[in-house]
Order: sequence, then structure tokens, then C-alpha cells
Amino acid sequence: MADIKKVATRDSYGNALKELGASASDLVVLDADLAGATKTGIFQKAFPDRHFDCGIAECNMTDVGAGLAAMGLVPFVSTFAMFAAGRAYEQVRNTIGYPHLNVKIGATHGGISVGEDGASHQCCEDFALMRTIPGMTVMCPSDDVEARKMVKAAYEMKGPVYMRFGRAATPVFHSEDYKFEIGKGEVLNEGTDVAIIATGIMVPEAIEACKTLKDKGVSVYLINMPTIKPIDEKLILDAAEKCGKIVTVEEHNIIGGLGEAVCSVLAENHPVPVKRVGVNDEFGHSGPAGELLKAFGLCADNIVEQALALIEKTK
Amino acid sequence: MNASELKELKLKAVEVRKGILTATHGAKSGHPGGSLSSAEMFTYLYFKEMNIDPKNPKWEDRDRFVLSKGHTAPGLYSALALRGFFPVSDLANLRHTDSYLQGHPNMNTVPGVDMSTGSLGQGISTAAGMAKGAKYLGKDIHVYTLLGDGELAEGQVWEATMFAAHYKLDNFCIIVDINGLQIDGRTKDVMNTAPVDAKFEAFGCNVITIDGDDFEQIENAFDAFHKNAGSEKPTVILMKTTKGKGVSYMEDQAGWHGKAPNDAEYEQGMAELEAARKEIEEA
Repeated sequence: MADIKKVATRDSYGNALKELGASASDLVVLDADLAGATKTGIFQKAFPDRHFDCGIAECNMTDVGAGLAAMGLVPFVSTFAMFAAGRAYEQVRNTIGYPHLNVKIGATHGGISVGEDGASHQCCEDFALMRTIPGMTVMCPSDDVEARKMVKAAYEMKGPVYMRFGRAATPVFHSEDYKFEIGKGEVLNEGTDVAIIATGIMVPEAIEACKTLKDKGVSVYLINMPTIKPIDEKLILDAAEKCGKIVTVEEHNIIGGLGEAVCSVLAENHPVPVKRVGVNDEFGHSGPAGELLKAFGLCADNIVEQALALIEKTK
Repeated sequence: MNASELKELKLKAVEVRKGILTATHGAKSGHPGGSLSSAEMFTYLYFKEMNIDPKNPKWEDRDRFVLSKGHTAPGLYSALALRGFFPVSDLANLRHTDSYLQGHPNMNTVPGVDMSTGSLGQGISTAAGMAKGAKYLGKDIHVYTLLGDGELAEGQVWEATMFAAHYKLDNFCIIVDINGLQIDGRTKDVMNTAPVDAKFEAFGCNVITIDGDDFEQIENAFDAFHKNAGSEKPTVILMKTTKGKGVSYMEDQAGWHGKAPNDAEYEQGMAELEAARKEIEEA
């Protein structure tokens, strides 16, 4: 995919905020000394009086966001996923989730693809943490186009939202006329042999895997699932009925993320075999993002391998 | 304030205390000690200080109050009920399964509650966010928050104070109830938070220390807060109080932090408060 345009979804986040900021006068942005990395600096440059740096104090920032929301503003609270969902979990749970305040959490640097910084900054647990908070919408965009549309949709809905963006530049495969809707999956390919449901930057890898599988004569039902919660149950059940087996793919611990969300829907409605591709309950380590994704099996080759193994197993 | 106004406030504070006993007795649980120590402050805030409208609790230009020490909800609820936000008779339903009066303040179920709190150290941050929001919106809104002295051990309190000073929130008033007791004993023994005044001063706040049982001192402190407008510094009111104040067997007893009076204790407490009311009435 060397000739394909690549953009990090954290850049999409910063650009979307700036674009929205021009018309949305109630939108304010908070950051915790990471504006350059989360890309809220793009918004800050355009609207310096609407960007509040809270310093390296994520718990305070999260609750300041709750206070701003209580005043009728729409704050986008921004930091790395590790700190947004991890360090400030209880602040999000008790003071954004419980009162159901209109705070949007923009968490960048999610997953293994953080790269060289290593395990301390590679949050692979955020979906799990955020999913368990009642009323929380949890999303992860697959590319630049979807990320920008997601930020706008998050601003337009009432209620708390958690969005995870990536650090690494990843392929842009959506066109600008793509219609994004919170809570809805996107069918990228119709098929009957196996369904692949992917989220975030794993979607371009799944697209690659789909091509390889097609060459091998396998018909793949490929779904992009940008909303982890509330999840698109209807689409999952459609995939289960059509294919009878599902591979889920996420840059997240296989515990508590997309895979388990899909399994829950299936177990209660239409049980079929599932293979969860993700981080296998382990911590990451340092290295370039591309190498790490391969090392952890978060790549097209492994998706192909796992899909073929699942087909073999269920014959 | 004149003598009759002072008398009215004192009588109201007795009613707030009665409400605290009624609520915790009705709940068979809850936190009377720190509610009672802040009774004068709750009374002054809701009957004198704050620009609010009980008929329109969500009025967007109202002053805001965040009970950072959320476990003292019985004190807040009692003041809110007496001020007309909801019926005083509902206080006895505190913490009941079908009651809107949750054990800790809930902004979505209790009229007049501006923020859901209960997890210590967080309320002050939300209040700082409100004060920042008011400034950003260009509104003349004052934001008040009440903390306990044990709560000051939460690191987030100092993150919030730093934020308030950095953003020059002179519309923000941090009140600390220094009753010197927390669940495990005396604050100075459990985790010494003193010297509180020097800490807040070092963080860039205007600090005022008062006797929290004295309405005239409370009034002077809020006058100073309003005079600080334009100082670009948050105001901190440190009020020395007695935990369990007004109910003899609860006074200065850590054991009454989170315990409800039984029937006999309730009767005795209410009798003491009634005697206090008569004394104020006849003075």
C-alpha cells in the first residue's frame, strides 16, 4: 500500500477540532501538556482562548471537563489513552459517566502502535475500561476520513463519548462522501465463508487480508466496526448467519475489547465459533510501530492465517 | 448583619441540624458529623450568599456550589429542602431504595445539586471547571466548593488549586471545613494536612481563616471573597469547626463520622436542638 495516502488519526482529531471550532462556539479543548502529540495544538493555534492546558494533571483535567460541561460547554478532554482511560478512570466513571455529562474524551496514542515509548504508554485496555461505564459511547476510527466524521458526530450527540486515535500514520481508504453513523458498522465486502470484524487501524490490515483470502478462493464478509459501544448487534448477527464463523481484529487486549463485545452478542443470540485476533493478554515493548504490529500478530498475514485456521477448524 | 438577621440565620442553622439528624436517622446510615460541622456554612451559602432560585434550580446564570466532601450530603440536602428546592418531609427518605435523595449528591435527581460528587478530591476540580467556564462565557457567576480537611490528602485537590490559581479564577471560593477529624481518627494523626493556610498561600490563593460557627466571621470572609474580584487569585476560606457540632454526644467524636443515630440518640439530639432553638428565640 506504498502509494496510498497515510494519515495518523491523531492528526485527524486535531484537524477536525479546528474545523468544528469555527462554527461550534461552545466547543473547548483541554489538554495535559501533550498538545503537540495529541494534535490539539492545531486547534490551539486557531483558537488559543478556547484551548485550556491543564498541565500534567489528567485527573484534574477530566473533572474540569465535567465542570465545563455542567456550564453548557462541550469540552474535548485530550491526552494519551493510557492516562485518559487508565489514570483518570475513576474520574471518568464517577464524574463524567455517572452524571452522564456531555464530555468528549479524545484519547490518542492507543495500542501497540505507539511504538518506541514501550509498554508504559501502549494502552491496550482502554476499550475494556470504557465499555463498562454505563452510558459511555466508545469508538475507534479506521482512518482519517472516519476519524474526522467521528469527531463531528461526537460533538453533535449529547452524552459522554470516548474516542481512541492512533499515533502512527495509517492508510486512508474512505472517500470523503463516506457516511459515518455512531453505532453502525460498515460492510466493506460481502462474503459467505468467514466474517472478519475489525476496528481502528486494524481495518486496513483486514482489507489486505481480505484480498489475499479472495485470491485463495475464500469469500470474506468484511466489516469495519468503528463503534465498540453501543455495538451494531444487527450487523454482527447478519455476519454470523451468513458465514457461521467470525474473526475479530483489534489493537487491544483480547480481553474486554471488540472481540468480547462481538462474542457477547453472539453467545446470547446466535452462537458461532469466533477467533479473537488482538494483543494476547500481554504488555507491549519498544520498537517501531510497523515491526511491533507484526510481532504481535496485528497484521494482514496473521489475519489470513487465523481466518484459514478457523475455517479449517469448523469444517 | 443586624441582630435580627443573625438570629434568623442561627435559627435556620438549628433547622439544618434537625434535618441532618432526621435524614441520617431515617436512612439508618450516612454522615452526620461533617454535616453538622458545616451547618452554619450550608445555611449562610443557601440563605444569604448565593444567587439562586429554588423555583428554577437549573437557571443558567445562578451561582454554583459543589460539595466536594460529598458524604456530607445530609447537610446540603437539609439546607436545600429548607430553602425550598424540595419538601423538607422528604429528608427522612434519604438513602431509601425508592428515594431521589441518594447517599451522595446526584445532580440529576436532587433539585439544587449542581454536581454529582462523593469520590473525594474530585468536586473541587469540577468546581474549578465551572469557574473557568463562567469566566470563558463572560458571566458574573460565583462558584463555591466545600472540602473536608481529611480530603486535602487527595493529591487532586492540589492539582485543582494549581489550576484555579494558574487560570486566575477570582470568581472561585474554596471552603475547607477543618474539624480535625476523619474516619480513622484525628487528621493530624492519620495524615497531617497542616499547615493548611501556608499550603494554599504557596499555591497562590487569598487565604482567610475563620471560626466556622460564627456567622459574622463567615459574612466577613465572603465580603473579602467579593473584594478579591480582580485580584486574579482564588479565595480559600479555612473554617475551624467542631465535628458533630450541636449534638452533645457527637461533638468532636471521630466515631460519628459515618454513623446514624438510633431512636434514643435521635430523640436526645432533637431535644438538644429544640432547646438550642428556644434559647436563640428567647435571647
